[in-house]
Amino acid sequence: MVIPNLVGAGLIVIGGGIGLGQIGGKAMESIARQPEAAGKIQTAMIIIGALLEGLAFGALILGA
Amino acid sequence: MNIAQKTTKFLTIAVIALFTTVNFALNSNENNQGKEDGGQVNTKTEISAYIKHHLADSHDFSLFSYTSSEGERKHFGFPLPVIVWTSKGLVTFMSSAFHHNDDGHVIVEKGGLKFAKIHSKIYELDGNATNVAFDETHHATNAHKVLDFSITKSVVGILFAGLLIFLGFSKLARQYKARSIPKGLGRLLEPLVIYVRDEIARPNIGEKKYKKFMSFLLTVFFFIWILNLLGLTPLGFNVTGQIAVTACLAIITMVIYITNGSKDFWAHTLWMPGVPVILRPILAVIELVGFIVIKPFSLLVRLFANITAGHFVVMSLIALMVTMKEAFGPVASTGMSLVLSLFISVIEILVAFLQAFIFTMLSSLFIGMAVEEHEHH
Amino acid sequence: METLLNDFSPGLFFMQLIILVILIVLLGKFAWKPILASLEERETGIEDALKSAENARKEMQNLTADNERLAKEARAEREAMMKEAREIRDNMIAEAKEDAKEVTANLIEKAQASIAQEKQAALAEIKKNVADLSIGIAESVIKKELSNKKDQLDLVEGILKDVTLN
Repeated sequence: MVIPNLVGAGLIVIGGGIGLGQIGGKAMESIARQPEAAGKIQTAMIIIGALLEGLAFGALILGA
Repeated sequence: MNIAQKTTKFLTIAVIALFTTVNFALNSNENNQGKEDGGQVNTKTEISAYIKHHLADSHDFSLFSYTSSEGERKHFGFPLPVIVWTSKGLVTFMSSAFHHNDDGHVIVEKGGLKFAKIHSKIYELDGNATNVAFDETHHATNAHKVLDFSITKSVVGILFAGLLIFLGFSKLARQYKARSIPKGLGRLLEPLVIYVRDEIARPNIGEKKYKKFMSFLLTVFFFIWILNLLGLTPLGFNVTGQIAVTACLAIITMVIYITNGSKDFWAHTLWMPGVPVILRPILAVIELVGFIVIKPFSLLVRLFANITAGHFVVMSLIALMVTMKEAFGPVASTGMSLVLSLFISVIEILVAFLQAFIFTMLSSLFIGMAVEEHEHH
Repeated sequence: METLLNDFSPGLFFMQLIILVILIVLLGKFAWKPILASLEERETGIEDALKSAENARKEMQNLTADNERLAKEARAEREAMMKEAREIRDNMIAEAKEDAKEVTANLIEKAQASIAQEKQAALAEIKKNVADLSIGIAESVIKKELSNKKDQLDLVEGILKDVTLN
């Protein structure tokens, strides 16, 4: 039985979505806790989000 | 009063836009000819083919096209030179020789060789073949790709963006000779330069070494940003959505951080201290693959995929007014497509900046990793 | 992945490589280097200006402190001088008073002495006068032959009436 590519793509997007949600949620929490560090937290959040995005896109493209 | 006037103005513009596009959507039913040379686009398969065509590079700069009352397809735009390296050396001709054909049915003879253009790629026909023969998966069987150094639409976009950046910033540089605070456009550009230096380069590379990489980082940042924004204009550039372009950017980044790697960096990569000796070669392989393949690959794929996805979504939403016409009627589908594509376009403007920022940020992060000198314990 | 590799155009890669490298070099030479240099120059200029302003402020503070110190010293000096002057004045007054007292005392003494002398002289004269008078009276009494006591007394009285004791 062959699993179609689209199912894999869906799984990747689910995983990426969970990851991005975690990053975003935690970043929001930490900004709420320490509003004066908002800039640093945002930058770190964007970087980690970008790394995750790269992973997800890589998987999508390798699979497609 | 003022706000009311503005609102009415805005509403008028919106209504006019809606009516024109509705009109267009209605008309598109009537003529259905000229499919073969990229004519009107009505069905879902045509739309997806059209979007694919847009996402690929193209050999001519077409602004728009329409079908005249005689049923003839008219194209507006200008041809670009084709420069290919063939089995008989360099061959050049203008792309207008293909007559906007993109599926290999128009054969151009030049320098004793025959060329066909299939899905924005130039093919050289083998031997004495006069037509391109396709197999069942639509691959040409009697033609092969040639090295294509043409001034394609993307190259035009690159040159245009380069020119814009060069003119803008050399003007800013000249302004400093006369005054210490720039005026006009320089006032907009200067904070961006300071932003790249203070928010991207300095914290990631380190105070001592960042200066050496500033020209690369600044150039790449503005290059990607301007090209991303150009991609959102109706000129239809899709430069940063070309995998060759992003691959080039990523490979240059890789070359820079590999050639500037400090002794500590190589020591840590190839013979990780503080780890059992048996594990060290394995770790070295993982680290090397990470630095040479995975990091550049993630850089190139991220930019490429983000921009391609953005273009895809915007174009699909615009195409909504054609595909949803059956289900919702012309007015509702057009309104829906207008609102949604406007919304996505605004997000894409943000993404255009964000991707330039992330590319530069990660580049400087990797460079920072490579040039860092650890304190020996 | 296959479509991705199929989309990859080596020619475009090559063009992009050349253009980007040229762009980096050109921009580095004509834009980034002068821009960053003048930005840095401006920043160091601002820093220097701030530093020198700070220095000037400190110097100003020092100067005012100096001024205050000087003024305080001057005030103290003036005070001291005034005090001295007052003392001198007081001394002078006291001395003068003393002198005056001495002088008056002398004068008084002298006066008293002369008064006493005068008095002595006057008393001596009176004594002499009284003696003379008594002698005169006695002479007259003796000269007159005095028969009775009554006559004698009348005589004494008459003489005494003539004599005015001064």
